[in-house]
Amino acid sequence: MLRSISIIGMLFLLVACKGNNEKFPERYGFGRLASQAEIDSQNISIRPDGHGLPAGSGIAATGKVIYLAKCAMCHGPTGTEPTANRLVAPFGDTTKSKTIGNYWPYATTIFDYIRRAMPFNAPGSLTNEEVYHLTAFLLCSNHIIDSTKIINQVTLPEIVMPAKHLYVDDDRKGGNEVK
Amino acid sequence: MDQEKKLPRRAMIKAAAISATAAFVGKVNLPATEQPTNDDPTKIQGTPPGKVGTRSPFEQPSKKASDISGRTPLQDLYGIITPSDLHFERSHAGVPAINPDKYELLIHGMVERPMIFKLKDLKRFPAISRIAFIECSGNFRSGKETMTPQEICGLTSQSEWTGVMLSTLFREVGVSPKATWFLAEGSDAAVMTRSIPVEKGWKDAMIAYGQNGEAIRPEQGYPARLFLPGWEGNMNVKWIRRIELSDQPFMTREETSKYTETIKDHKIRQFSFDMDARSIITYPSYPQEVEKGWIEIRGIAWSGRGKIERVEISTDGGKHWQYARLQEPVLDKAHTYFRYLWHWDGSPTEIMSRAVDDTGYYQPFLKQLIDARGAEMGGYHLNPVTSWLIERGGRVLFKPEKWK
Repeated sequence: MLRSISIIGMLFLLVACKGNNEKFPERYGFGRLASQAEIDSQNISIRPDGHGLPAGSGIAATGKVIYLAKCAMCHGPTGTEPTANRLVAPFGDTTKSKTIGNYWPYATTIFDYIRRAMPFNAPGSLTNEEVYHLTAFLLCSNHIIDSTKIINQVTLPEIVMPAKHLYVDDDRKGGNEVK
Repeated sequence: MDQEKKLPRRAMIKAAAISATAAFVGKVNLPATEQPTNDDPTKIQGTPPGKVGTRSPFEQPSKKASDISGRTPLQDLYGIITPSDLHFERSHAGVPAINPDKYELLIHGMVERPMIFKLKDLKRFPAISRIAFIECSGNFRSGKETMTPQEICGLTSQSEWTGVMLSTLFREVGVSPKATWFLAEGSDAAVMTRSIPVEKGWKDAMIAYGQNGEAIRPEQGYPARLFLPGWEGNMNVKWIRRIELSDQPFMTREETSKYTETIKDHKIRQFSFDMDARSIITYPSYPQEVEKGWIEIRGIAWSGRGKIERVEISTDGGKHWQYARLQEPVLDKAHTYFRYLWHWDGSPTEIMSRAVDDTGYYQPFLKQLIDARGAEMGGYHLNPVTSWLIERGGRVLFKPEKWK
Protein backbone atom coordinates (compact mmCIF):
# COMPACT_ATOMS: atom_id res chain seq x y z
CA MET A 1 0.00 0.00 0.00
CA LEU A 2 2.72 2.40 1.07
CA ARG A 3 4.65 1.50 -1.99
CA SER A 4 1.77 2.19 -4.31
CA ILE A 5 1.23 5.55 -2.67
CA SER A 6 4.84 6.49 -3.15
CA ILE A 7 4.73 5.44 -6.79
CA ILE A 8 1.62 7.53 -7.34
CA GLY A 9 3.37 10.39 -5.58
CA MET A 10 6.39 10.08 -7.84
CA LEU A 11 4.19 9.99 -10.92
CA PHE A 12 2.41 13.09 -9.71
CA LEU A 13 5.72 14.87 -9.24
CA LEU A 14 6.83 13.89 -12.71
CA VAL A 15 3.58 15.15 -14.18
CA ALA A 16 3.86 18.33 -12.14
CA CYS A 17 7.36 18.96 -13.46
CA LYS A 18 6.40 18.12 -17.00
CA GLY A 19 3.38 20.33 -16.68
CA ASN A 20 5.36 23.29 -15.34
CA ASN A 21 5.04 25.94 -17.99
CA GLU A 22 6.39 28.92 -16.04
CA LYS A 23 8.03 31.52 -18.20
CA PHE A 24 10.56 33.75 -16.51
CA PRO A 25 10.75 37.17 -18.13
CA GLU A 26 13.97 39.09 -18.53
CA ARG A 27 12.38 41.90 -16.54
CA TYR A 28 9.38 42.07 -14.23
CA GLY A 29 8.66 45.78 -14.15
CA PHE A 30 8.75 45.92 -10.34
CA GLY A 31 10.30 48.92 -8.64
CA ARG A 32 10.68 52.34 -10.20
CA LEU A 33 13.33 54.33 -12.01
CA ALA A 34 15.56 56.38 -9.69
CA SER A 35 15.93 60.06 -10.50
CA GLN A 36 19.37 61.64 -10.62
CA ALA A 37 18.42 63.73 -7.58
CA GLU A 38 17.55 60.59 -5.64
CA ILE A 39 20.84 58.98 -6.60
CA ASP A 40 22.84 62.08 -5.69
CA SER A 41 21.16 62.32 -2.30
CA GLN A 42 22.41 58.86 -1.36
CA ASN A 43 25.57 58.36 -3.32
CA ILE A 44 28.46 59.13 -0.98
CA SER A 45 30.93 56.59 -2.27
CA ILE A 46 34.49 57.57 -3.06
CA ARG A 47 36.86 55.63 -5.24
CA PRO A 48 40.64 55.40 -4.83
CA ASP A 49 41.01 57.52 -7.98
CA GLY A 50 39.16 60.33 -6.22
CA HIS A 51 35.88 59.90 -8.06
CA GLY A 52 33.15 61.03 -5.71
CA LEU A 53 35.25 63.41 -3.61
CA PRO A 54 33.35 66.66 -3.01
CA ALA A 55 34.59 70.22 -3.34
CA GLY A 56 36.45 71.64 -0.37
CA SER A 57 39.91 71.48 1.16
CA GLY A 58 41.66 71.05 4.45
CA ILE A 59 44.93 71.56 6.30
CA ALA A 60 46.43 69.79 9.29
CA ALA A 61 46.40 72.72 11.72
CA THR A 62 42.66 73.23 11.39
CA GLY A 63 42.16 69.48 11.46
CA LYS A 64 43.93 69.29 14.80
CA VAL A 65 41.46 71.70 16.38
CA ILE A 66 38.51 69.64 15.11
CA TYR A 67 40.22 66.42 16.15
CA LEU A 68 40.72 67.62 19.71
CA ALA A 69 37.10 68.69 19.96
CA LYS A 70 35.41 65.72 18.31
CA CYS A 71 37.76 62.73 18.10
CA ALA A 72 40.25 62.83 20.95
CA MET A 73 37.81 61.48 23.53
CA CYS A 74 38.05 58.04 21.91
CA HIS A 75 41.30 58.16 19.95
CA GLY A 76 43.45 60.06 22.45
CA PRO A 77 44.87 63.59 22.28
CA THR A 78 47.36 62.80 19.52
CA GLY A 79 46.09 59.56 17.97
CA THR A 80 49.25 57.76 19.02
CA GLU A 81 47.75 56.59 22.30
CA PRO A 82 47.40 52.80 22.59
CA THR A 83 43.64 52.75 22.25
CA ALA A 84 41.70 50.02 20.48
CA ASN A 85 41.32 52.46 17.61
CA ARG A 86 44.80 53.86 17.37
CA LEU A 87 45.13 56.09 14.33
CA VAL A 88 48.72 57.25 14.29
CA ALA A 89 51.94 55.26 13.87
CA PRO A 90 54.18 56.17 10.95
CA PHE A 91 55.30 53.43 8.59
CA GLY A 92 58.18 51.47 10.10
CA ASP A 93 57.04 52.19 13.65
CA THR A 94 57.42 49.01 15.65
CA THR A 95 53.93 49.24 17.11
CA LYS A 96 51.72 46.21 16.58
CA SER A 97 48.71 48.44 15.99
CA LYS A 98 47.39 48.77 12.48
CA THR A 99 47.20 52.48 11.78
CA ILE A 100 46.67 54.81 8.88
CA GLY A 101 50.43 55.28 8.59
CA ASN A 102 51.55 51.69 8.73
CA TYR A 103 48.59 49.82 7.24
CA TRP A 104 46.01 51.79 5.23
CA PRO A 105 46.62 51.43 1.47
CA TYR A 106 44.56 54.39 0.18
CA ALA A 107 44.27 57.96 1.46
CA THR A 108 40.78 58.34 -0.03
CA THR A 109 39.53 55.76 2.47
CA ILE A 110 40.25 58.16 5.32
CA PHE A 111 37.89 60.78 3.92
CA ASP A 112 35.26 58.21 3.03
CA TYR A 113 35.25 56.50 6.40
CA ILE A 114 35.26 59.65 8.52
CA ARG A 115 32.40 61.11 6.52
CA ARG A 116 30.39 57.88 6.74
CA ALA A 117 30.83 56.83 10.28
CA MET A 118 32.52 59.41 12.48
CA PRO A 119 32.44 60.78 15.07
CA PHE A 120 31.08 57.70 16.78
CA ASN A 121 28.66 59.67 18.96
CA ALA A 122 27.37 61.77 16.04
CA PRO A 123 27.94 59.87 12.79
CA GLY A 124 27.48 61.80 9.58
CA SER A 125 27.54 65.17 11.35
CA LEU A 126 30.76 66.58 9.89
CA THR A 127 30.85 68.95 6.94
CA ASN A 128 32.93 68.02 3.91
CA GLU A 129 35.32 70.83 4.85
CA GLU A 130 35.76 69.41 8.36
CA VAL A 131 36.42 65.97 6.92
CA TYR A 132 39.13 67.38 4.63
CA HIS A 133 40.77 69.11 7.60
CA LEU A 134 40.70 65.93 9.69
CA THR A 135 42.07 63.90 6.77
CA ALA A 136 44.95 66.37 6.45
CA PHE A 137 45.63 66.21 10.20
CA LEU A 138 45.74 62.41 10.22
CA LEU A 139 47.95 62.21 7.14
CA CYS A 140 50.31 64.77 8.67
CA SER A 141 50.38 63.02 12.07
CA ASN A 142 51.34 59.80 10.30
CA HIS A 143 54.22 61.62 8.51
CA ILE A 144 52.66 61.10 5.10
CA ILE A 145 52.27 64.80 4.23
CA ASP A 146 53.82 67.93 5.71
CA SER A 147 51.82 70.47 7.64
CA THR A 148 51.51 72.90 4.74
CA LYS A 149 49.93 70.45 2.30
CA ILE A 150 46.40 71.31 1.24
CA ILE A 151 44.16 68.29 0.92
CA ASN A 152 41.37 68.44 -1.65
CA GLN A 153 39.72 66.34 -4.34
CA VAL A 154 42.82 66.62 -6.55
CA THR A 155 45.62 66.15 -4.01
CA LEU A 156 44.07 63.42 -1.85
CA PRO A 157 43.97 60.63 -4.47
CA GLU A 158 47.52 61.50 -5.54
CA ILE A 159 48.95 60.44 -2.20
CA VAL A 160 50.72 57.09 -2.27
CA MET A 161 50.26 55.44 1.09
CA PRO A 162 53.37 53.85 2.63
CA ALA A 163 51.82 50.40 3.11
CA LYS A 164 50.24 50.20 -0.34
CA HIS A 165 53.02 48.08 -1.82
CA LEU A 166 52.49 45.36 0.80
CA TYR A 167 49.01 44.42 -0.41
CA VAL A 168 48.52 41.23 -2.42
CA ASP A 169 45.33 39.61 -3.67
CA ASP A 170 44.05 36.45 -2.03
CA ASP A 171 45.33 33.37 -3.84
CA ARG A 172 43.66 30.67 -1.77
CA LYS A 173 41.58 28.48 -4.00
CA GLY A 174 40.62 25.37 -2.05
CA GLY A 175 42.19 21.99 -2.70
CA ASN A 176 44.75 20.30 -0.53
CA GLU A 177 46.91 23.26 0.39
CA VAL A 178 47.11 25.70 3.27
CA LYS A 179 47.67 29.33 2.44
CA MET B 1 16.41 19.47 41.73
CA ASP B 2 19.47 21.25 40.51
CA GLN B 3 17.46 22.66 37.65
CA GLU B 4 14.69 23.85 39.90
CA LYS B 5 17.21 25.85 41.85
CA LYS B 6 17.95 27.81 38.72
CA LEU B 7 14.38 29.05 38.49
CA PRO B 8 13.94 32.54 39.87
CA ARG B 9 12.48 32.43 43.33
CA ARG B 10 9.93 35.02 42.26
CA ALA B 11 8.62 32.69 39.57
CA MET B 12 8.34 29.81 42.00
CA ILE B 13 6.33 31.82 44.50
CA LYS B 14 4.12 33.26 41.79
CA ALA B 15 3.67 29.80 40.36
CA ALA B 16 2.50 28.42 43.64
CA ALA B 17 -0.05 31.22 43.97
CA ILE B 18 -1.25 30.80 40.40
CA SER B 19 -1.67 27.08 40.65
CA ALA B 20 -3.95 27.62 43.64
CA THR B 21 -5.98 30.15 41.64
CA ALA B 22 -6.03 27.93 38.59
CA ALA B 23 -7.97 25.30 40.46
CA PHE B 24 -10.89 27.73 40.55
CA VAL B 25 -10.53 29.72 37.34
CA GLY B 26 -9.49 26.82 35.21
CA LYS B 27 -7.54 28.94 32.72
CA VAL B 28 -4.54 31.07 33.44
CA ASN B 29 -2.43 32.82 30.85
CA LEU B 30 1.00 32.63 32.30
CA PRO B 31 4.13 33.00 30.21
CA ALA B 32 6.02 29.75 30.07
CA THR B 33 9.02 31.44 31.68
CA GLU B 34 6.86 32.01 34.72
CA GLN B 35 5.48 28.49 34.70
CA PRO B 36 5.51 26.48 37.85
CA THR B 37 7.16 23.13 37.90
CA ASN B 38 5.30 20.28 39.34
CA ASP B 39 6.48 17.00 40.63
CA ASP B 40 3.49 15.54 38.80
CA PRO B 41 2.43 17.51 35.70
CA THR B 42 -0.49 15.13 35.18
CA LYS B 43 -2.33 16.63 38.12
CA ILE B 44 -2.58 20.24 37.01
CA GLN B 45 -3.82 21.97 33.86
CA GLY B 46 -1.03 23.16 31.66
CA THR B 47 -0.59 26.48 29.89
CA PRO B 48 -3.22 27.30 27.27
CA PRO B 49 -2.11 28.18 23.75
CA GLY B 50 -0.41 31.53 23.39
CA LYS B 51 0.55 33.97 20.65
CA VAL B 52 4.19 32.99 20.52
CA GLY B 53 6.06 29.98 21.74
CA THR B 54 8.60 30.15 24.50
CA ARG B 55 11.60 28.17 25.59
CA SER B 56 11.35 25.91 28.56
CA PRO B 57 12.51 27.91 31.56
CA PHE B 58 15.03 25.13 32.08
CA GLU B 59 16.69 26.00 28.78
CA GLN B 60 18.41 29.34 28.68
CA PRO B 61 20.84 29.36 25.79
CA SER B 62 22.11 32.86 25.21
CA LYS B 63 24.42 34.85 23.03
CA LYS B 64 27.63 36.01 24.60
CA ALA B 65 27.75 39.69 23.86
CA SER B 66 30.54 42.23 23.73
CA ASP B 67 30.22 45.85 22.64
CA ILE B 68 30.46 44.86 18.99
CA SER B 69 29.28 41.27 18.67
CA GLY B 70 27.14 38.50 20.14
CA ARG B 71 28.22 34.87 19.81
CA THR B 72 26.09 31.81 19.13
CA PRO B 73 26.07 29.19 21.92
CA LEU B 74 27.21 26.37 19.62
CA GLN B 75 27.55 23.98 22.56
CA ASP B 76 23.83 24.28 23.34
CA LEU B 77 22.53 23.42 19.86
CA TYR B 78 21.52 20.01 18.47
CA GLY B 79 21.19 20.68 14.77
CA ILE B 80 22.28 22.77 11.83
CA ILE B 81 19.73 25.58 12.08
CA THR B 82 20.61 28.31 14.51
CA PRO B 83 17.49 29.59 16.29
CA SER B 84 17.07 33.12 14.94
CA ASP B 85 17.38 34.78 18.33
CA LEU B 86 20.69 32.98 18.84
CA HIS B 87 22.19 33.85 15.45
CA PHE B 88 25.49 35.61 16.00
CA GLU B 89 25.55 39.33 15.45
CA ARG B 90 28.25 41.79 14.60
CA SER B 91 27.62 45.42 13.95
CA HIS B 92 29.76 48.48 13.47
CA ALA B 93 27.36 51.08 14.80
CA GLY B 94 24.65 49.08 16.53
CA VAL B 95 21.41 47.68 15.15
CA PRO B 96 19.39 50.33 13.30
CA ALA B 97 15.62 50.57 13.64
CA ILE B 98 14.21 50.61 10.12
CA ASN B 99 10.59 51.13 9.14
CA PRO B 100 9.86 48.52 6.45
CA ASP B 101 7.36 50.84 4.74
CA LYS B 102 10.08 53.44 4.24
CA TYR B 103 12.79 50.98 3.28
CA GLU B 104 14.26 51.36 -0.22
CA LEU B 105 17.08 49.69 -2.10
CA LEU B 106 18.78 51.82 -4.75
CA ILE B 107 20.73 50.09 -7.53
CA HIS B 108 22.70 52.42 -9.78
CA GLY B 109 26.10 53.07 -11.36
CA MET B 110 27.01 51.01 -14.41
CA VAL B 111 23.44 49.99 -15.20
CA GLU B 112 20.99 50.78 -17.98
CA ARG B 113 18.20 51.78 -15.59
CA PRO B 114 19.04 52.97 -12.07
CA MET B 115 16.15 51.77 -9.95
CA ILE B 116 14.66 51.91 -6.49
CA PHE B 117 12.95 48.90 -4.96
CA LYS B 118 10.74 49.08 -1.93
CA LEU B 119 10.51 46.06 0.33
CA LYS B 120 7.18 45.07 -1.20
CA ASP B 121 8.79 45.25 -4.65
CA LEU B 122 11.58 42.90 -3.58
CA LYS B 123 9.00 40.46 -2.25
CA ARG B 124 7.13 40.38 -5.58
CA PHE B 125 10.07 38.88 -7.46
CA PRO B 126 10.39 35.10 -7.67
CA ALA B 127 12.10 34.07 -4.44
CA ILE B 128 14.36 31.29 -3.37
CA SER B 129 15.24 29.83 0.00
CA ARG B 130 18.62 28.47 0.89
CA ILE B 131 20.11 26.98 4.03
CA ALA B 132 23.66 28.18 4.47
CA PHE B 133 25.97 29.51 7.13
CA ILE B 134 27.26 33.00 7.69
CA GLU B 135 30.56 33.24 9.54
CA CYS B 136 32.55 36.27 10.61
CA SER B 137 36.06 35.97 9.20
CA GLY B 138 37.51 37.00 12.57
CA ASN B 139 36.21 33.87 14.24
CA PHE B 140 38.98 32.29 16.26
CA ARG B 141 39.73 33.00 19.90
CA SER B 142 42.15 31.13 22.08
CA GLY B 143 44.26 31.68 25.18
CA LYS B 144 42.85 29.65 28.06
CA GLU B 145 41.50 26.18 28.80
CA THR B 146 38.15 27.31 30.10
CA MET B 147 36.71 28.37 26.76
CA THR B 148 33.48 27.16 25.20
CA PRO B 149 32.84 26.59 21.48
CA GLN B 150 30.82 29.80 21.69
CA GLU B 151 33.89 31.70 22.88
CA ILE B 152 36.29 30.00 20.47
CA CYS B 153 34.25 30.28 17.27
CA GLY B 154 30.69 31.38 18.06
CA LEU B 155 30.65 33.90 15.22
CA THR B 156 29.13 31.36 12.85
CA SER B 157 25.45 30.56 12.52
CA GLN B 158 23.09 29.06 10.02
CA SER B 159 19.62 29.97 8.82
CA GLU B 160 17.29 29.29 5.97
CA TRP B 161 17.50 32.56 4.07
CA THR B 162 14.73 33.62 1.72
CA GLY B 163 14.85 36.41 -0.80
CA VAL B 164 15.36 37.44 -4.39
CA MET B 165 18.43 36.45 -6.32
CA LEU B 166 20.65 39.45 -6.95
CA SER B 167 20.98 38.24 -10.55
CA THR B 168 17.24 38.85 -10.95
CA LEU B 169 17.69 42.45 -9.82
CA PHE B 170 20.81 42.81 -11.96
CA ARG B 171 18.72 41.89 -15.02
CA GLU B 172 15.96 44.24 -13.90
CA VAL B 173 18.34 47.22 -13.87
CA GLY B 174 20.42 46.02 -16.82
CA VAL B 175 23.88 45.73 -15.32
CA SER B 176 26.56 46.71 -17.83
CA PRO B 177 28.75 43.83 -19.03
CA LYS B 178 31.68 46.12 -18.24
CA ALA B 179 30.84 46.29 -14.53
CA THR B 180 33.30 44.19 -12.52
CA TRP B 181 32.58 45.23 -8.92
CA PHE B 182 29.66 46.48 -6.92
CA LEU B 183 29.51 48.39 -3.70
CA ALA B 184 27.03 47.22 -1.07
CA GLU B 185 26.07 49.84 1.48
CA GLY B 186 24.12 49.43 4.70
CA SER B 187 21.84 51.95 6.36
CA ASP B 188 23.35 51.57 9.81
CA ALA B 189 25.06 54.53 11.47
CA ALA B 190 28.40 53.38 10.04
CA VAL B 191 26.83 53.31 6.54
CA MET B 192 29.01 50.24 6.21
CA THR B 193 30.28 49.34 2.78
CA ARG B 194 32.05 46.51 1.01
CA SER B 195 33.12 46.02 -2.60
CA ILE B 196 32.11 42.70 -4.13
CA PRO B 197 33.00 41.18 -7.51
CA VAL B 198 30.03 41.34 -9.87
CA GLU B 199 30.65 37.70 -10.71
CA LYS B 200 29.48 36.73 -7.21
CA GLY B 201 26.37 38.83 -7.73
CA TRP B 202 25.47 36.89 -10.86
CA LYS B 203 26.40 33.53 -9.36
CA ASP B 204 24.60 33.06 -6.06
CA ALA B 205 24.12 36.35 -4.19
CA MET B 206 20.73 37.11 -2.74
CA ILE B 207 18.87 40.02 -1.22
CA ALA B 208 17.34 38.19 1.73
CA TYR B 209 14.32 39.33 3.70
CA GLY B 210 13.40 36.01 5.31
CA GLN B 211 15.21 34.06 7.99
CA ASN B 212 14.01 30.67 9.15
CA GLY B 213 10.56 31.29 7.74
CA GLU B 214 9.91 34.74 9.20
CA ALA B 215 11.14 38.25 8.54
CA ILE B 216 14.86 38.69 9.10
CA ARG B 217 15.69 39.73 12.64
CA PRO B 218 16.91 43.30 13.13
CA GLU B 219 20.28 41.97 14.30
CA GLN B 220 20.60 40.10 11.00
CA GLY B 221 19.66 43.00 8.76
CA TYR B 222 15.94 43.73 8.89
CA PRO B 223 14.28 44.36 6.59
CA ALA B 224 16.77 43.17 3.94
CA ARG B 225 20.40 42.18 3.70
CA LEU B 226 22.90 40.98 1.17
CA PHE B 227 23.63 37.27 1.45
CA LEU B 228 26.77 35.85 -0.18
CA PRO B 229 26.91 32.10 0.45
CA GLY B 230 30.30 30.98 1.73
CA TRP B 231 31.88 34.42 1.88
CA GLU B 232 33.08 36.23 4.97
CA GLY B 233 30.29 37.59 7.12
CA ASN B 234 31.24 41.25 6.86
CA MET B 235 30.49 41.31 3.13
CA ASN B 236 26.93 40.12 3.72
CA VAL B 237 25.92 43.75 4.22
CA LYS B 238 22.94 44.10 6.51
CA TRP B 239 20.20 46.74 6.27
CA ILE B 240 21.29 47.16 2.66
CA ARG B 241 20.19 50.44 1.12
CA ARG B 242 22.35 50.93 -1.95
CA ILE B 243 24.21 48.90 -4.59
CA GLU B 244 26.52 50.74 -6.97
CA LEU B 245 27.93 48.96 -10.02
CA SER B 246 31.48 49.94 -10.91
CA ASP B 247 34.53 48.82 -12.85
CA GLN B 248 36.81 48.85 -9.79
CA PRO B 249 36.68 48.18 -6.05
CA PHE B 250 36.09 51.18 -3.79
CA MET B 251 38.71 50.21 -1.18
CA THR B 252 36.52 51.02 1.78
CA ARG B 253 37.75 50.91 5.35
CA GLU B 254 36.34 47.41 5.93
CA GLU B 255 38.21 45.87 2.98
CA THR B 256 41.52 47.61 3.67
CA SER B 257 42.24 48.48 7.28
CA LYS B 258 39.97 45.64 8.46
CA TYR B 259 39.25 42.20 6.97
CA THR B 260 42.72 41.92 5.47
CA GLU B 261 45.41 39.77 7.04
CA THR B 262 49.14 39.95 7.46
CA ILE B 263 50.89 36.99 5.87
CA LYS B 264 54.55 36.17 5.28
CA ASP B 265 57.15 38.82 4.41
CA HIS B 266 54.91 41.53 5.90
CA LYS B 267 52.58 41.15 2.96
CA ILE B 268 48.93 41.97 3.55
CA ARG B 269 46.32 39.77 1.91
CA GLN B 270 43.24 41.52 0.57
CA PHE B 271 39.96 40.31 -0.91
CA SER B 272 40.05 37.07 1.12
CA PHE B 273 36.43 36.30 0.53
CA ASP B 274 35.96 32.52 0.85
CA MET B 275 35.57 30.94 4.24
CA ASP B 276 37.75 27.83 4.32
CA ALA B 277 36.54 24.50 5.72
CA ARG B 278 36.34 24.09 9.43
CA SER B 279 34.81 21.96 12.16
CA ILE B 280 34.43 21.93 15.89
CA ILE B 281 33.32 19.29 18.35
CA THR B 282 30.52 20.83 20.38
CA TYR B 283 30.00 17.74 22.53
CA PRO B 284 31.89 16.97 24.59
CA SER B 285 33.33 20.43 25.04
CA TYR B 286 33.94 22.86 27.89
CA PRO B 287 32.11 23.28 30.29
CA GLN B 288 30.48 19.89 29.82
CA GLU B 289 31.60 16.82 31.74
CA VAL B 290 31.47 13.22 30.57
CA GLU B 291 31.32 9.79 32.10
CA LYS B 292 33.32 6.72 31.23
CA GLY B 293 31.66 4.50 28.62
CA TRP B 294 29.82 5.31 25.40
CA ILE B 295 30.00 8.89 24.22
CA GLU B 296 28.56 10.21 20.99
CA ILE B 297 30.97 12.89 19.88
CA ARG B 298 29.01 15.60 18.07
CA GLY B 299 29.77 18.76 16.23
CA ILE B 300 29.45 20.85 13.12
CA ALA B 301 31.60 21.19 10.02
CA TRP B 302 31.28 23.66 7.17
CA SER B 303 33.04 25.07 4.15
CA GLY B 304 32.52 28.26 2.20
CA ARG B 305 33.79 26.50 -0.91
CA GLY B 306 31.29 23.68 -1.17
CA LYS B 307 30.02 20.63 0.65
CA ILE B 308 31.65 18.85 3.52
CA GLU B 309 33.16 15.69 2.08
CA ARG B 310 33.96 14.12 5.42
CA VAL B 311 34.89 14.82 8.99
CA GLU B 312 37.69 12.90 10.64
CA ILE B 313 37.80 12.35 14.38
CA SER B 314 40.75 11.55 16.57
CA THR B 315 40.30 10.42 20.16
CA ASP B 316 44.00 9.94 20.83
CA GLY B 317 45.47 13.36 20.28
CA GLY B 318 45.80 13.08 16.52
CA LYS B 319 47.60 9.73 16.26
CA HIS B 320 44.69 7.95 14.60
CA TRP B 321 41.74 9.29 12.65
CA GLN B 322 38.30 7.79 11.99
CA TYR B 323 35.49 9.02 9.79
CA ALA B 324 32.54 10.57 11.55
CA ARG B 325 28.99 9.94 10.35
CA LEU B 326 27.61 12.96 8.55
CA GLN B 327 24.03 13.79 9.45
CA GLU B 328 21.87 14.54 6.43
CA PRO B 329 21.31 17.02 4.95
CA VAL B 330 24.84 17.72 3.77
CA LEU B 331 24.37 21.03 1.99
CA ASP B 332 26.57 23.28 -0.08
CA LYS B 333 28.24 26.00 2.03
CA ALA B 334 26.34 24.90 5.10
CA HIS B 335 26.90 23.75 8.64
CA THR B 336 26.83 19.97 8.53
CA TYR B 337 26.23 17.99 11.68
CA PHE B 338 28.52 15.06 12.44
CA ARG B 339 28.52 12.26 14.99
CA TYR B 340 31.02 9.66 16.08
CA LEU B 341 30.34 6.98 18.65
CA TRP B 342 33.26 6.44 20.97
CA HIS B 343 33.88 4.29 23.99
CA TRP B 344 35.91 6.19 26.52
CA ASP B 345 37.94 4.06 28.87
CA GLY B 346 38.30 6.84 31.38
CA SER B 347 41.94 7.68 30.79
CA PRO B 348 42.96 11.26 29.99
CA THR B 349 42.98 11.97 26.31
CA GLU B 350 42.57 14.59 23.63
CA ILE B 351 39.82 14.62 21.03
CA MET B 352 39.59 16.67 17.87
CA SER B 353 37.84 16.90 14.52
CA ARG B 354 39.12 17.76 11.07
CA ALA B 355 36.88 18.77 8.17
CA VAL B 356 37.58 17.93 4.54
CA ASP B 357 35.53 19.70 1.87
CA ASP B 358 34.71 18.63 -1.66
CA THR B 359 37.59 20.64 -3.11
CA GLY B 360 39.92 18.31 -1.20
CA TYR B 361 40.85 20.98 1.34
CA TYR B 362 41.85 19.69 4.78
CA GLN B 363 41.11 21.83 7.81
CA PRO B 364 44.61 22.79 8.95
CA PHE B 365 46.24 22.62 12.33
CA LEU B 366 47.25 25.96 13.81
CA LYS B 367 50.88 25.12 13.10
CA GLN B 368 50.13 24.71 9.40
CA LEU B 369 48.51 28.13 9.35
CA ILE B 370 51.54 29.64 11.10
CA ASP B 371 53.90 27.87 8.69
CA ALA B 372 51.93 29.19 5.72
CA ARG B 373 51.33 32.75 6.92
CA GLY B 374 54.05 33.41 9.49
CA ALA B 375 53.83 33.97 13.23
CA GLU B 376 52.67 37.53 12.67
CA MET B 377 49.61 36.32 10.79
CA GLY B 378 46.51 38.39 11.31
CA GLY B 379 43.39 37.23 13.10
CA TYR B 380 41.15 36.80 10.07
CA HIS B 381 40.47 33.49 8.32
CA LEU B 382 41.83 31.29 11.09
CA ASN B 383 40.17 27.89 10.98
CA PRO B 384 42.46 25.57 12.93
CA VAL B 385 41.68 22.08 14.21
CA THR B 386 40.35 22.55 17.74
CA SER B 387 41.23 20.05 20.48
CA TRP B 388 39.49 19.18 23.71
CA LEU B 389 41.35 17.63 26.63
CA ILE B 390 39.36 15.11 28.64
CA GLU B 391 40.64 14.69 32.16
CA ARG B 392 40.43 11.50 34.18
CA GLY B 393 37.40 12.72 36.13
CA GLY B 394 35.50 13.59 32.95
CA ARG B 395 36.17 17.32 32.92
CA VAL B 396 36.55 18.69 29.37
CA LEU B 397 38.91 21.57 28.65
CA PHE B 398 39.87 23.49 25.53
CA LYS B 399 43.48 23.02 24.47
CA PRO B 400 44.76 26.49 23.68
CA GLU B 401 47.85 26.77 21.50
CA LYS B 402 50.13 29.77 21.65
CA TRP B 403 51.32 31.41 18.50
CA LYS B 404 52.20 34.98 19.43
